[in-house]
Amino acid sequence: MGLLDRLAPRRNESDVPASPSVSAEDPIFATKALRKFLTSLTARESPVLLDLGPVVGSNVSFFGEQLGCKIFVEDIFADLSRHLRTGVLDELPAFLKKRFPQESGSVDGILCWDLIDYMDRPAAHELAHELTRVLRPDGALLAFFANTPPRDTRYTKYVIVDEVNLKHRSYEAGRSRQPILLNRDIIRLFSGLRVTDSFLLQNNLREILFRKPAYLPTEST
Amino acid sequence: MWKRDEAVRPASQPPAAPQPPAPVAAAVSGPRPETSHQMEKDIVNIGKSVVIKGELNGSEDLTIEGHVEGTIQLKENVLTIGANGRIKAQVFAKSVIVLGEVTGNVTASDKVDIRDNGSVDGDIIAPRVAIAEGAHFRGSVDMQRKGGPGQPAKPAEPKPQAQPQRVGA
Repeated sequence: MGLLDRLAPRRNESDVPASPSVSAEDPIFATKALRKFLTSLTARESPVLLDLGPVVGSNVSFFGEQLGCKIFVEDIFADLSRHLRTGVLDELPAFLKKRFPQESGSVDGILCWDLIDYMDRPAAHELAHELTRVLRPDGALLAFFANTPPRDTRYTKYVIVDEVNLKHRSYEAGRSRQPILLNRDIIRLFSGLRVTDSFLLQNNLREILFRKPAYLPTEST
Repeated sequence: MWKRDEAVRPASQPPAAPQPPAPVAAAVSGPRPETSHQMEKDIVNIGKSVVIKGELNGSEDLTIEGHVEGTIQLKENVLTIGANGRIKAQVFAKSVIVLGEVTGNVTASDKVDIRDNGSVDGDIIAPRVAIAEGAHFRGSVDMQRKGGPGQPAKPAEPKPQAQPQRVGA
């Protein structure tokens, strides 16, 4: 190994700022919908964001520092795992009904990630209903859906690299993905929202961006 | 070119990096007594066996390894919740470093840093927030600069609005 070869990696290491939540081994995939989701957020002055995945420090910094968001971290994957572990999965829909303390129509954006893929239909319906409730008119919801039969028994943390790239970091899951949802199932599930963008990526992930119609009155007060 | 090799050696460390909790024993003996004396003066430890219920105010950096319930205010100083620390309190400080468990809202005028295995259940208000991989957090994060109006950490300063972005036509 030449001297330059030995120097180069070291120099790179020292140049890269420490980013504890980004690991070199995790694959990076392009995202088409994230940029549109971000655009919808930046239209607001101090957007409120609801993240349904596990906390990712660099994502919090990204949304908090760069976009000025107030971020609610509500790790529903952890709730799902806990219900599985304790054998009360049938109680998950009722739990989700009371899970979100946010006021109706108070959230500007929701990062649902691929959470729905791991849920049974009743829980998915209750979750979709609650998310529709808390989303403000014209607010956006970003969700991912697998397009291939379920195999993996791992959840994925989506780490934002930039507005067109996501790092996929898998971690231990309580269950595998449930049978895939067809597009029409997804549309029915989020019947209070409108699909504005849908992308099928090369990694067989469907990215769907929903918007809450502006003219619908917010539910209940 | 040869000097670059020297430059990348990890021999020298930044001098002023804020060290995590380093549970400095009260009686530190070492080759530089004046240094340890200075640390004794600047950092106060609440040990593992200590339980405090009520209001905790101070103007020194503080490391908590014990249990505290109530309110903690260190407006101009660094609060470190050590790995053994268990806090059920509203926390106001300049900087907060969490290696243990915090249940309650945390307001910092500078930074909140949740380290690996640290846990926060509550809302965070701070201009800078760092959450390590492996940390647990549930709540909200508000990184509005200087904190919101009425925040005890910076009560006198008005809340600057987010910089409006100029969008080209």
